[in-house]
Amino acid sequence: MADPVFILDFLRAASFAMIPITLAAIGEIVTEKAGVVNIGLEGIMLLSAFVAAVAAEATGSPWLGLLAGLATGTLIGLLHGIISAYLKGDQIISGVGINILALGFVPFGIIVVWNVAGYHPVPPEVQVPRLPLLGISPLVPITIAIAIATHLLLYRTRLGMAIRAVGENPEAADTVGIRVERVQLLATAYGASLAGLGGAFLSIDWLSEITKEISAGRGFIALALVNFANWNTILALGGGLLFGALWTIAEWFKTMAEIKAVIPVTLINTIPYIATLAVTAGFIGRSRPPAWIGRPYKRE
Amino acid sequence: MKPLLRFMTSRLRGSWRFLAETMLALAIGFTVGAILMAVYGYDPVLGYRALLEYSLNPSDPYYLASTLSFATPLMLTALTFAIGVRGGVFNIGAEGALYMGALGVVLIAGTGLTGPFFLIAALASSLLLGMIWNGVAGLLRAYRGVNEVVSTIMLNWTAFYTVEYIRVYVFPNPHDPSKTVSVPPDARLPLLVEGSELSLGFPIALAATMATYYLLWHTVIGYEIRATGYNPKAARYGGIRVTRAVLYTFLVGGALSGLAGFLELTGRPPHYAITTGLSNLFGLGFDGITVALIGGNHPIGIVFASILIGALDAGSRGMQIEAGVPMELVRTVQGVIIIALAVPGAIRLIQDYLRRRKLLIEEGR
Repeated sequence: MADPVFILDFLRAASFAMIPITLAAIGEIVTEKAGVVNIGLEGIMLLSAFVAAVAAEATGSPWLGLLAGLATGTLIGLLHGIISAYLKGDQIISGVGINILALGFVPFGIIVVWNVAGYHPVPPEVQVPRLPLLGISPLVPITIAIAIATHLLLYRTRLGMAIRAVGENPEAADTVGIRVERVQLLATAYGASLAGLGGAFLSIDWLSEITKEISAGRGFIALALVNFANWNTILALGGGLLFGALWTIAEWFKTMAEIKAVIPVTLINTIPYIATLAVTAGFIGRSRPPAWIGRPYKRE
Repeated sequence: MKPLLRFMTSRLRGSWRFLAETMLALAIGFTVGAILMAVYGYDPVLGYRALLEYSLNPSDPYYLASTLSFATPLMLTALTFAIGVRGGVFNIGAEGALYMGALGVVLIAGTGLTGPFFLIAALASSLLLGMIWNGVAGLLRAYRGVNEVVSTIMLNWTAFYTVEYIRVYVFPNPHDPSKTVSVPPDARLPLLVEGSELSLGFPIALAATMATYYLLWHTVIGYEIRATGYNPKAARYGGIRVTRAVLYTFLVGGALSGLAGFLELTGRPPHYAITTGLSNLFGLGFDGITVALIGGNHPIGIVFASILIGALDAGSRGMQIEAGVPMELVRTVQGVIIIALAVPGAIRLIQDYLRRRKLLIEEGR
């Protein structure tokens, strides 16, 4: 069992499962630090996975596909940001709307674009290539870099300070001249763009297919991860690896005849969800969310 | 009629605005739907005409019956969400609780019971499973502080795969591999309109809605739930056991969605069983959220909203048959409607804008 080849294989597999939830969680940390909650991450990932597959096939370039996913996320983030920051709308309802929109639009889109119901394989030539030697996705180093850069952004720049100030005490931030709404809009767009990148990774990199349930709850697992990581992007990286490993264990069980004989594959699928629930239930209570989270800021 | 009257007056106080905003959201949703149809080469006029024809066509009772049959489970899953909101929680676990409620029926179908004995046993098992499933999220929220949005979604997926497992490995239908064992013919709810899908389930769902109204506004538990949702700190100060009130919203909500699962299996032709990939149950919980939001999280509003969304579901079949539009378009429209509903005082924003523009124009003179 402690065979180094096996460990490397396992880590490689876990690195794939880690990326989408970690990217979405890093983004959501920034969004929530600015006081906005986006529970539409799941829908953003699903929509971006679809758009990325369409764009990659249309242009023949996986890189443009990733960019299209990022752009889709940014656009929805701008919409959610405008509703949350400027229109003082209900952030939770808007997030639910995004999720339901994706739940309807993606199966609709798969039918009208490829004329098939619910499943389309992404051809190998437009899939993101793996890094040589390691066999991992180029998004692994990118995700690590984003986690570090985002941490520096939050704690070493004026903008980061503004973001944190807005999420803790928007009135005080307003008084010292920070444009509360603009900061919230930026933070929401940034967060959603990373969820979009994670969604694109699902379809044109890791799973190389698009299905109508490809996000499979990962957007909500990312929300759990934000909490688990105590709103720290570096911890989110570690937490993402842990959550990714849980997912990988389930996939790995499916390949083992001895385990499959006892637990059928369908039931093994429940492992990542139950594990997420257990981990969240076990660790919560120590973490502290930004003080002004989820409430619209209205001037007196 | 008294609750209806109270609903109308309570709504009227602040709000012809509520109605106007709902109408605006619906208009935005349908406009986006029309644009999508046009962009992807379908005829929006033909599409929407088919939608109306298959949902509200008065010439044949089948169409209206179809609409009401789709409204039946949505009313109940919407109540699950609404009672949560009334208690201050965001319970999106109706989907999983509904799966478990349907599973409750299948478990009894495996016992060989028939007739009324079957129905009583299946109802009890559905309500219990729905309550337990939602109750887990309630307990985690009440005692471990786990965010219910995350926990209910994890439970939904766990329920999906668990029920799918039981469908394939434990109670497969010996005559048809695409579904579970069916409800025995003598235990199926009678149909209200011959040849349609409308069964006794609809009036049962209506009765459950009225019971929920009574619970929320005429019982101590209901008062405690609403007080907790309104202001948990004040409620606790006033001697209300807030933890218990929150737990109640999950338990009652779970029972309501469990009932929805029970009615789908015992009342809806042609399967009377759970089909591959839970295809005859999938999405009923999420659509309930749409219904609850359109209905203002009020039982009476939910009745009307469930008929509206039921009409969309029934009509989506018409869109597919007559205009070739994939049925999924309807859920896209619903998503847009909800996003539009998230903007409070949308009407006021428009009024403000118009007023400001008028002032600017007058200034310019």
